[in-house]
Amino acid sequence: MTDPILKMNGLSKRFGGVKALKDVSFDVFPGDVLGIIGPNGSGKTTIVNCITGFIKPTSGKVFFRGKDITGRPPHKIADMGVTRTFQVMRPYYSLPAYKNLVIPLFSPRAKRTGGWRGGGNLGNRQTIAIDILEDIGFERDSYIPFKKTSTLPTGYLKRLELARCLALKPEIIICDEVFSGLSMSEIASMVPLIERLQDEGITIVMIEHRLRELFQVANRVMVLNFGEKLIEGTPLDVMADKKVKEAYFGSEEVEEVMTYA
Amino acid sequence: MSTQESRKERINRGIKVRSDGLYALMSWRELSYLTLPRFIMIAGMLSLPFLMPDMYWQRVISIVCIYAILALSFDFLAHYVGLVSLGGAFFIGTGGYIAGILNSYFSIPPFLTVPLAAIIGGIFCTLMLLPCLPLKGVYFAIVTLMYPLFMARVIEAFDIFGGTDGLVGIDSFSSSFAEQYFVIGMVLIFLFGLRRFVTTDRGLIFTAIMDNDQAVKASGIDITRYKALAVFIASAMGCMAGACLTHIYMWSGISQFALDFSILPIAATVIGGSGTLVGPILGCLILVPVSELLRDFGTLRIVFYASILVGFILFKSGGIMEFGQRKYEQFERWTKI
Repeated sequence: MTDPILKMNGLSKRFGGVKALKDVSFDVFPGDVLGIIGPNGSGKTTIVNCITGFIKPTSGKVFFRGKDITGRPPHKIADMGVTRTFQVMRPYYSLPAYKNLVIPLFSPRAKRTGGWRGGGNLGNRQTIAIDILEDIGFERDSYIPFKKTSTLPTGYLKRLELARCLALKPEIIICDEVFSGLSMSEIASMVPLIERLQDEGITIVMIEHRLRELFQVANRVMVLNFGEKLIEGTPLDVMADKKVKEAYFGSEEVEEVMTYA
Repeated sequence: MSTQESRKERINRGIKVRSDGLYALMSWRELSYLTLPRFIMIAGMLSLPFLMPDMYWQRVISIVCIYAILALSFDFLAHYVGLVSLGGAFFIGTGGYIAGILNSYFSIPPFLTVPLAAIIGGIFCTLMLLPCLPLKGVYFAIVTLMYPLFMARVIEAFDIFGGTDGLVGIDSFSSSFAEQYFVIGMVLIFLFGLRRFVTTDRGLIFTAIMDNDQAVKASGIDITRYKALAVFIASAMGCMAGACLTHIYMWSGISQFALDFSILPIAATVIGGSGTLVGPILGCLILVPVSELLRDFGTLRIVFYASILVGFILFKSGGIMEFGQRKYEQFERWTKI
């Protein structure tokens, strides 16, 4: 078996008296799509924040390609290729959509990996930005990339979050609820996008509440409950597990969810 | 049933649309529509020393320009980087003292002390403000308000650099024309330089930090470095203004750390239009002469001054620039609903 690209070792985080994470360990292997599910407040976003350096874990270590990245500042971790989206979307509302991508394209990592090192001029970076947006599902040759970000609907903003990660040529994308707040048809068009990113060799960690779509794309699923890891396995294993049924789905709704997937 | 029969609508003027982007090259009319306001601004600023005949008003022009540079740096920091700074007096005082020290202890001529004060002062102010850079908005404002008070007390308590008397006998600029054109030139260079800078890719990062610093971090960019760069630009401008002030008054003292230098630029920005960069300069062109004219009223001038401010905040909160730009680009008409 190959070495894990991302390795969590006994991750714990306390916020005062609240234990948000209790000794969580898991591995992510190259090419994986790992789903992390769990009820509200079970520590999913805390895991993302710990990995990407936005908060420091109380104890435990995070390894990226065997290197200890625990407690490094967020921009350093993003610079290594570990990127994330935000659950509450964080675009730059006062800029047009395509200029949102000029910021990641200006970062040291993009200059290093993008292959557009030579043409560092203004027009060049903005054309690349529009290319990325069209690539990720903004209508081709439309005026939408030029619209002010604050006027865009949620579906586009979620794609913009992903595009910001893609502009860095990432090795891992950690998606914090990319499907939430989207309509069924918007989700339906997002699923092939995630699958395509996986085909391109990007490792994906997804935090999701939309189980049907998650189980469609994920090859492994981890379940959290009150900051503790309940189980980790293939989607089918997880669905069949009794503890998960009790903790997450609630015993009566299980049949329904089973038929969903 | 509604009693309202018509509403006001705003429509872009034809010429505004025609002169958008490359189409501006269509004819001289379109070209001049774009360039004339800028040209009038530049020509107006450059002709000010001729329009103001007597010594007193020529001095006022220099003071206007010094406040304008300060207001420009405040507007840049507040509306393009998201750091509301009340440290105008800190910048002025630091720049003023550095120019004073360089001139009176090392007898360096004014035309060298001013750029030196800008660079040394910029580095000094940036280093001093470095611990506050993680702060945002009002919190940053409160901390920066402390710095000028701190500096003044340090100089007073340790009795350094002339103590409460300040440094006297500093060289002035070679002539009053040199003095005025130097500060006017600086205002114009900083204005157009900053306007260009904030639209470059590097400038966009500042706007992005203001909108959402977390997302900039997640994009692999060190925001502390960029905030420090922005503070350096703003403080270097402020310090340059302070150095000019020292040479104009041939004196540098504790009153250069007075809070006027922090407050008036903000008032000018409110009046002129925040986030426009030109607005603060217009605001200074109005506020400083008005406050000079009102000098006869003694302390009562604060009342006039305050009522102008309140009036603007209540009725034209966007400022002169925003109002003027709207009138220039759009017309209004009533339409039936």
